Amino acid sequence: MNWTSWLLWGFVSTVVLTSILAGSQGIGMTRMNIPYLLGTIFTPSRDKAKFIGFFLHFANGWIFSLIYVATFQVLQKSTWWLGAGIGLVHATFVLTVALPVLPALHPRMANEQYGPTVVRQLEPPGFLGLHYGIRTPISVLAAHAIFGAILGAFYTIK
Amino acid sequence: MTTKAPKIQDYALIGDGRSAALISNRGSIDWLCWPRFDSPSIFGAIIDPKTGGRWSICPLGEAQFSRRYLDNTNVLETTFSQESGKIALTDFMPVTSEEKKQSFLWPEHELVRQIKCTQGEIELIVDFNPRLDYGRVTPKIKDAGKLGWRIDIGTDVFTLRSQIELVRRGDGLAANVTLKAGEKVGFSLSHFTIEWWRQWASQSDYRGPYERQVTRSALLLKLLSYAPSGAIVAAPTTSLPERIGGHLNWDYRFAWLRDASFTVHALFGLGYKDDAKAFVDWLLHATRLTRPELRVVYNVFGERPPSERELSSSRGYAGSRPVRIGNAASEQVQLDMYGEVVEAVSHFVRGSEKLDRDVQKMLRQCAEYVCEHWREADNGIWEARDERRHYTHSRLMCWVALDRILKMQARGQLHGISVGKCESERKRIREEIETHCWNSELEAYTQACGSNVIDASALLLAYHGFEDASSQRMQKTHQRIRDRLVPRTGLVHRNEQSKDRHEGAFAVCSFWEADFLALSGNLSKAAEVFEAALGYANDVDLLAEEIDPESSDALGNFPQGFTHLGLINAALSLRESEKRADELERKL
Repeated sequence: MNWTSWLLWGFVSTVVLTSILAGSQGIGMTRMNIPYLLGTIFTPSRDKAKFIGFFLHFANGWIFSLIYVATFQVLQKSTWWLGAGIGLVHATFVLTVALPVLPALHPRMANEQYGPTVVRQLEPPGFLGLHYGIRTPISVLAAHAIFGAILGAFYTIK
Repeated sequence: MTTKAPKIQDYALIGDGRSAALISNRGSIDWLCWPRFDSPSIFGAIIDPKTGGRWSICPLGEAQFSRRYLDNTNVLETTFSQESGKIALTDFMPVTSEEKKQSFLWPEHELVRQIKCTQGEIELIVDFNPRLDYGRVTPKIKDAGKLGWRIDIGTDVFTLRSQIELVRRGDGLAANVTLKAGEKVGFSLSHFTIEWWRQWASQSDYRGPYERQVTRSALLLKLLSYAPSGAIVAAPTTSLPERIGGHLNWDYRFAWLRDASFTVHALFGLGYKDDAKAFVDWLLHATRLTRPELRVVYNVFGERPPSERELSSSRGYAGSRPVRIGNAASEQVQLDMYGEVVEAVSHFVRGSEKLDRDVQKMLRQCAEYVCEHWREADNGIWEARDERRHYTHSRLMCWVALDRILKMQARGQLHGISVGKCESERKRIREEIETHCWNSELEAYTQACGSNVIDASALLLAYHGFEDASSQRMQKTHQRIRDRLVPRTGLVHRNEQSKDRHEGAFAVCSFWEADFLALSGNLSKAAEVFEAALGYANDVDLLAEEIDPESSDALGNFPQGFTHLGLINAALSLRESEKRADELERKL
């Protein structure tokens, strides 16, 4: 394991992933804001949630990049297309499994069986995150593919 | 039993905060969309009596019927009486608190029908005929033994369980059963449901005139709310006609921004602060993708509703075709929405509550957009499909947007707006309305700049505080509306075009008139108009979008949230005006 290379490129790829997801919200592709979703696990304040969530998301990205580099090490191969492929699998898992089960784990998120009691809660993302905009899956797939591609292209196998 | 098709007002609504069913006064579920308000129907006889599908439970032979909601609930009880006996049919969708749902396995959706013979003996006919996708698909119903009857739909399954033995009849299931006094069939979760609805209803702090109708209106709004997101749909139905046999048939199973400020005002006014906050949250979330531009209508998760299309296979209510799915209003431009959204947020933070950065950013975007675009023509509050005009109401709501934004800025809740620009544009809008929307020949505010068309939405100039209700101009405008748009007390056409098209009177406009009269201090007349308008509600206090002035029948989608919002807000105005009058009397 090349720890220095992981630290550097894990950081860079996470910066890019976060930027793409934030940018896709900024240009109106999706309402999904992952730092906000993560932050609201700990606080109901919108402003604080984004701040806390940003660091959590960053830490997550870095930790997840470990799985990518571990795969490269096992395969003794690190290319941009291999990284992008792992990224697509990762994104598919996020969209089909992680997001739909999030309401069960998140203390401030409604689920689709919720009601008629109403409290101020986050809307459930739904399958593929489609409740946050029909282009949500595109931004998630693209962001994770690029995240993996950067790691695959620049991580140096030891 | 008579076989005459039910009228629109013959229906009542049950629901669970995610979906709703219409049940006729003869015990037939003629409309149910699962799992969401805007999902395809399972029972759709209301838009196609032949193939739409229904679930009917009624006595064999002629019977008298009456019905009511159990006090302060959305649990419907229909009573059938024959010479031989009497039965009570209780319909509801089970609801309970989220805490109680954790204690046992709660079905995702459930509709319960209980039948109890309260007197003598009665033979009943049960006819269960689901049809999927607005009547276009006849489902296969499988016998699953003790598990009931199953209908598989892709990855979903509907299960019908009953203590009555059902047999196949045609494509559906049926049973003839005789019940004697004291016998009961069905299964009960009613305790939770009744308790939950009563607990919710008791949160209202409204104590004032017409409390029963106000409470029913609040309970209806709750039925139209989609709890997982906080959205409130305009009505649970599609294509109930604005004119019997006509083509003015629209899909209202979506959330309109037009209703936003009325909704928040009504919910806060009644004391339902959590519901109001959830609605504002939905508003902010739903509009996130399109800001600074806003769409006219969104689905319950803030997406664009499906494109409008016609269901060629559907016969329509009383032959009123086409039946439409989706709504083309989503493509329209309505500048009034900016005022609606800003006013809703302004209600929300009327006290000292702070605005977070996201909300402030949205308000700044709205201010900039309104300053740039208020001079443009749009489709207006009534969503005219012919041409865009410079509507008075749209100008008014642009003024409201800037006015409320400036007030929030003055309270220190909003930063970063260009105060000078907003103030000067607000002043220009006022000048435009006072100069170009006022018709000196008619002596009235008219529908649009330079127009000579009278429109009931001009009454909202007083509601939104643009002009005092007792001003000479508003009084004259009201008089002109009475002269031209009021066929009889309690009925008001929305404008002269709709009257000329022989559409029904627009029910919410009657409550706007009552509200206007209350604001102008004419309490006795306000009460007269209010009570006359209530006279057009059905036996369980539900109102449609429109009323036929000749037959007094309900027209349009039913029941309609906008109408009931008008009812609540007018009642709140009446209560406030009564309080003010009492205080004045005490001082004197």
